[in-house]
Amino acid sequence: MALTSVSRRTTRRLAADAGLLVVAGAFVLPLAWVVLSALDPHANLRVKAPDGLTFDNFDAILTPEITFTPLLNSLILCGGATLLTVVCAALAAYPLSRFRSRFNRPFLLTILFATSLPITAIMVPVYALFVQVDLIDTMQGTILFFAASQLPFAIWLMKNFMDGVPKELEEAAWTDGASAFQSLLRIVLPLMGPGVSVVTVFSFVMMWGNFFVPFMLLLTPDQMPASVSINDFFGNRGMVAYGQLAAFSIVYSTPVILLYVLIARRLGGGFALGGAVKG
Amino acid sequence: MTATAPHPRLTKTPEDGHPAHGPRRPLRILPLTPAVVLLLLFLAGPIAYCVYIAFTDLQLTGQAEESFVGLDNFTRAFGDEAFLNAVWLTLVFTVVSSLIGQNTLGLALAVLMRRASKPVRTLTGGIVVTAWVLPEVVAGFLLYAFFRREGTLNAILDWLHLPSQNWLFTLPILAVSFANVWRGTAFSMLVYSAALNEIPREITEAAEVDGAGGRRRMWHITLPMIRRSIGTNLMLNTLQTLSVFGLIWVMTRGGPGGRSQTLPLFMYEQAFQNSLIGYGTAVALLLLLVGSLFSLIYLRLLRTEV
Repeated sequence: MALTSVSRRTTRRLAADAGLLVVAGAFVLPLAWVVLSALDPHANLRVKAPDGLTFDNFDAILTPEITFTPLLNSLILCGGATLLTVVCAALAAYPLSRFRSRFNRPFLLTILFATSLPITAIMVPVYALFVQVDLIDTMQGTILFFAASQLPFAIWLMKNFMDGVPKELEEAAWTDGASAFQSLLRIVLPLMGPGVSVVTVFSFVMMWGNFFVPFMLLLTPDQMPASVSINDFFGNRGMVAYGQLAAFSIVYSTPVILLYVLIARRLGGGFALGGAVKG
Repeated sequence: MTATAPHPRLTKTPEDGHPAHGPRRPLRILPLTPAVVLLLLFLAGPIAYCVYIAFTDLQLTGQAEESFVGLDNFTRAFGDEAFLNAVWLTLVFTVVSSLIGQNTLGLALAVLMRRASKPVRTLTGGIVVTAWVLPEVVAGFLLYAFFRREGTLNAILDWLHLPSQNWLFTLPILAVSFANVWRGTAFSMLVYSAALNEIPREITEAAEVDGAGGRRRMWHITLPMIRRSIGTNLMLNTLQTLSVFGLIWVMTRGGPGGRSQTLPLFMYEQAFQNSLIGYGTAVALLLLLVGSLFSLIYLRLLRTEV
């Protein structure tokens, strides 16, 4: 019986391994294309072994116009918006986590509601509104909108992490005369450092890859982040240099993949979606 | 890390009345101000403006000012074949890629990962999550290459002696649907993994001792126990899928001939390529209303957990 049980478990594990490897194979094909094509002097649309490895594709795209300016724009947009998002989220999460109020729950439900609205749908009125108030085609307008669009989920995550910090630690500080702001700054935030990192990286990653927001709100080519410039530069079907497209894709994607690896383990808690509502 | 609910308090404490500790009441909500201002100006404001513009004939060019046209934009939409086509395609896209594709594949992956060996689990998880983390436009280009006539999918089909075709031309809505499955399955996988981890092992083991086979355990124990996660995941997937623009834009531009033009792309076309901001905004408002409905269902599902 024990032997049968062990064998059955082994068989199940092998079957699971096989199933997962099939899925991994299917998912990896497009990824393999981008890596192999980037190193191939004669890349086409199929996954194939390169005709002799080359870095010419990278040489071709690593210019200010194609790569460095768009990446810098992305960094300014995403960095600025992330900073704004994280600061506002940390401030907002504090009373939601620390103080009981009959407004907390409706506010949190509204926040949750906002996290799931189809953001694409409001880009047309955002565009029209930005034209009205002269924020269209400005970095600062795009940063503000980016921050606002990430804020609901950031508040949600931030409150989740903040709930994990024992309240007793702060109550001692309050007794000693510390203000709420001081206890947030000196006790809560340091203790939830990992949580703040998750919110920071997650917000940044979401914005780095966003196409539609800058596509709508920015018009001047010099201001375009990488997400839009890749479409402009490579998106006209007829003359695509696939190797260069693949090389650019790798350069553009590597930062977010690395950042995600940093926070992957801790992000899991954020997916226990019901947790924060219980507060 | 999961936040746990504090036990409901059976008796009043000083904090319920005049707080013996902590800052005074008026100052407590002050830190909420920056977030609320940002949200009101840049999310609530545009939504309110959306409601306004949807009832006007605002255009991009040549117009001194817009005038009120009542329900004209909506009447026009429901009489517009291109709009109805976009609604239908959005439905197909959402059902195929989100409800069927991401949801079932995500659950299958989560279940398999609980049984698989660690190296395979790590490898597969890493690959699936990489597809999710990639910028949307990059994913679009990768999958464009995959589905093109000269692309990898046809190469594989040729190798297997199966019929190949120009997928982006013959079945564009299915091509972009499968692309969205590839891109978004990781989220479902992560949600379901978290949910499955919450099932007490003793329950599954007890059922196993009682002789319940894998399929019966899945149907009678696992699925019922994670039904709330199934609900919330379905709602979030649907809402996310309603928003997809960049992936489709890069792969097909909504073509050929509007045959992969979901509502976000139709909205964009009307507002910016046809200069009909009012009409485009009316479509946007309809999208928002549908999104709001699913969002409320999502909230309802979450609230049953409280």
